[in-house]
Amino acid sequence: MSDINPMSIALKNCAKTFADGTRALEPLDLSINAGETVVFLGPSGCGKTTTLRIIAGLEEPDAGGQVLFDGQDVTQIPIEQRNVGMVFQSYALFPNMTVAENIGYGLKIRKIPSAQIKTRVGEMLGMMQIEKLANRKIDQLSGGQRQRVALARAIAVRPRALLLDEPLTALDAKLRDTLRLEIDTLLRSLQITAIYVTHDQAEAMALGDRIVVMEHGRVAQIGKPRDIYQKPSTRFVADFIGTMNRLNGAVRNGVFTCRAGDLHWADAPADASEILFRPEDIRVTDSAEASALRGTIAAAFFLGDRTRLFVEVGEKQPLVVESTVRRDFSHGEQVGLSIDPRGIMIL
Amino acid sequence: MHKKLLFNLQLGFTLLVCAFLIVPVVLSIMAGLTVNYIVGIESGLTLRWVMEVWNGYRGTIFLSIGISLACLVCTLVLGIPTAYVLARRQSALSRAIEELLVMPVAVPGLATALALIVTYGGLSGFRTSWLFILVGHVLFTLPFMVRSVLAVLMAIDLNTLEEGAASLGASWWRRFRDIVLPNCRAGILAGSLMVVTLSMGEFNMTWLLHTPFTKTLPVGLADAYASLRLEIGSAYTLVFFLMIMPLLLALQAFAQPRINKFVPEDDAQ
Repeated sequence: MSDINPMSIALKNCAKTFADGTRALEPLDLSINAGETVVFLGPSGCGKTTTLRIIAGLEEPDAGGQVLFDGQDVTQIPIEQRNVGMVFQSYALFPNMTVAENIGYGLKIRKIPSAQIKTRVGEMLGMMQIEKLANRKIDQLSGGQRQRVALARAIAVRPRALLLDEPLTALDAKLRDTLRLEIDTLLRSLQITAIYVTHDQAEAMALGDRIVVMEHGRVAQIGKPRDIYQKPSTRFVADFIGTMNRLNGAVRNGVFTCRAGDLHWADAPADASEILFRPEDIRVTDSAEASALRGTIAAAFFLGDRTRLFVEVGEKQPLVVESTVRRDFSHGEQVGLSIDPRGIMIL
Repeated sequence: MHKKLLFNLQLGFTLLVCAFLIVPVVLSIMAGLTVNYIVGIESGLTLRWVMEVWNGYRGTIFLSIGISLACLVCTLVLGIPTAYVLARRQSALSRAIEELLVMPVAVPGLATALALIVTYGGLSGFRTSWLFILVGHVLFTLPFMVRSVLAVLMAIDLNTLEEGAASLGASWWRRFRDIVLPNCRAGILAGSLMVVTLSMGEFNMTWLLHTPFTKTLPVGLADAYASLRLEIGSAYTLVFFLMIMPLLLALQAFAQPRINKFVPEDDAQ
């Protein structure tokens, strides 16, 4: 299926100010490698969709901004000449056409002979496993089917990049998981340059070769999913991705002292006043008495494979602990805690 | 027992209302087909009055058809692009324009006609032409076309559909032809039927705008009732009825709202 010739994309100094004066995007520089899947992640209004629309050619960057495809300036080229495939949150399928006509529309525009269109549409229907829907009208399709048709339609024209704008947001959770896996497999097999916009961090982690976390029209961090999760560069990124625990205290002689007790941490920087760590880097010890860190269970939720504990340690927020210990926890119980120093972050 | 009585009462009332509305129509049609209306149906049935209408007022029928079709062309050419622009640009200005477009419907036809005469009455070639009536009809019917096309366009998330088509390489003209027009077909059809029907039956404005040489069907009808035998007027009504009825029926059929049915996820493997 590697009949697609992927391209690199670069944004130079791209800002966007809307007519009413709203600054949707601060000047942004970004380069995306050919064949890479990059996810724009952030809360609504962070500028991720605006960035995608600038790349697509649906929005023009403010003066001075440049969009480069394979090094070539395409800023002034309208979307219909950019040869990018696009998948919209609302699918944007044409209600006046059947599934097959929708998928073949881009090819028809390119004046490809109808026999070839038929073959290509057949391929696409097969790839998305929707052969039997070929002659249906769009209003006879379920949400998941529509999403598959939208993907097939975008890929059918062999675009040089695939742009996906929150493609799974309108679907229910279970279907989202299924389609996320399908999209991942699809992007890997096509080796196409893909940009995926989402506000769902699980989607971003699963799909992205790299994630661009955005906040208030700015890039907060760019990195591989693992780096974003384990080495967030700002508090915003730390809080937006996954769950983060915090402890306030002070370091003295390699010991971080907080309300919960003392944490032995050989590499502790002397000026650390707050440490952050993920729920999987803290565990409940066997005995509360023997532990230097202690807390009280505020709530315990048994989730089957693990128990999620909320442990009160005198901070503003209780600590979240994911425990795989095979025992019951009761409200108000005193527990000892141990933190893996390798998981500790300071921001 | 009680239920049945209630049902019969309702049925009786419904039939009574129907009779109230339909009997005058039937009487009028019969009057147009009766040899002598004063004597009644015993005098026999005839097509003589219909033929007299045909001979005397044929011109008004053709003029009405001509004007309503010309009016349709004008409202299509002006109305569809207007609705398209109004749907694309959601601003305070576009809302204001949308409201202003309805003015000719809100203002009495006589006032619009007078305004046209005051303004253009001096252009004698224009004043005596059927085009003068056409202008009035277009003013009056345009909002109906714009509204019905706009309603459909607003319901289909036009912007995203167009962006989808553009991303597949479609130029503006291709998008308009392949996506916009086919998807507002229902609105165009409903608007067209409305425009033809309204133009065909328009009297208020036309009565002031017409000249002895540019009489439309409804104006001729008023003329016939005022100056000729009741039978001829009634036969004239019958002709009008036969022309307008198919349009109204078609309007009824196409104005059915489209129901979007929910399709469940049967494919969640």
